[in-house]
Amino acid sequence: MTAPLDLDGIAAPPRANGELLFAEPWHSRAFGMAVTLHDAGVFTWNRFQAALIARIGEWENAAEQDQPWSYYDHWLAALEDVLDEQGSVSRDDVATRAHALTRLPADHGRRQH
Amino acid sequence: MTTDGADRGTPAALRTAALEQLLTERGLVDPRVVDAFIADYETNVGPRNGAKVIARAWTDPDYRARLLTDGTAAINELGFGGPQGEHIVVVENTPAIHNVVVCTLCSCYPWPVLGLPPSWYKDPAYRARMVKEPRAVLAEMGLELGDDVQITVRDSTSEVRWLVLPERPAGTEHLTEQELVPLITRDTMVGVAKVEAP
Repeated sequence: MTAPLDLDGIAAPPRANGELLFAEPWHSRAFGMAVTLHDAGVFTWNRFQAALIARIGEWENAAEQDQPWSYYDHWLAALEDVLDEQGSVSRDDVATRAHALTRLPADHGRRQH
Repeated sequence: MTTDGADRGTPAALRTAALEQLLTERGLVDPRVVDAFIADYETNVGPRNGAKVIARAWTDPDYRARLLTDGTAAINELGFGGPQGEHIVVVENTPAIHNVVVCTLCSCYPWPVLGLPPSWYKDPAYRARMVKEPRAVLAEMGLELGDDVQITVRDSTSEVRWLVLPERPAGTEHLTEQELVPLITRDTMVGVAKVEAP
């Protein structure tokens, strides 16, 4: 079974240089955090890479791919896995803080439809 | 590795912001350092470094020989190195043999010379199909190769990161090393395109 490459959209093969590297701002933050933490010696690149491969493999082997492919979703999940495993930042801490961020004043970060 | 619901329900952008706040509070990252790394990868590190390596190899036979023998060391000679720059192996494209690079496991890629991988390189369809039917995928990407050209698909890993030394196009004999650099694109060093004469 083969999946056709998209003709347009994020997965489409570009024919020249100059493609945007990050589709959304958080992609670049997630990328930058991993590189910074590695540079600071918080974890080895091999460790992070193994976590990334595991996350991508999990998605690829899932019986039903209910989540669309998003490379940086896996990147972020791998970063959380490594930090959780080594006790730097637990998954619960991230969930709690993310939840708190949703409770900012109504006019902050919320779009009018 | 968990697949619990914790990371399903909360938008990734929010989790990223939460994670950065926590890492900053705990003194593990400085947001200004993160900014600097992102800017560096977006503007300084990139295909241009790789293009300089290739242009040098085209114009200096001794350098070419060193590059094909020990890619990482020869690339270091020009001052390029760093994370994901270890174990770079350079393979030469010729009229008879065409090499193309893929990473079937994730997205192993020689960052110091090519910058960050483009989105299509990370796409599951590219990764799976390039191995099975490279001639068809290359044709879809605009590179038609004759049946007499042997295609070798190179699978990058954390042990070996492949870099393609593309063919120097005919009609560029009079160009200097500096003039050759802009002709060499990222795609030609991944092996999904050929260098075109100006």
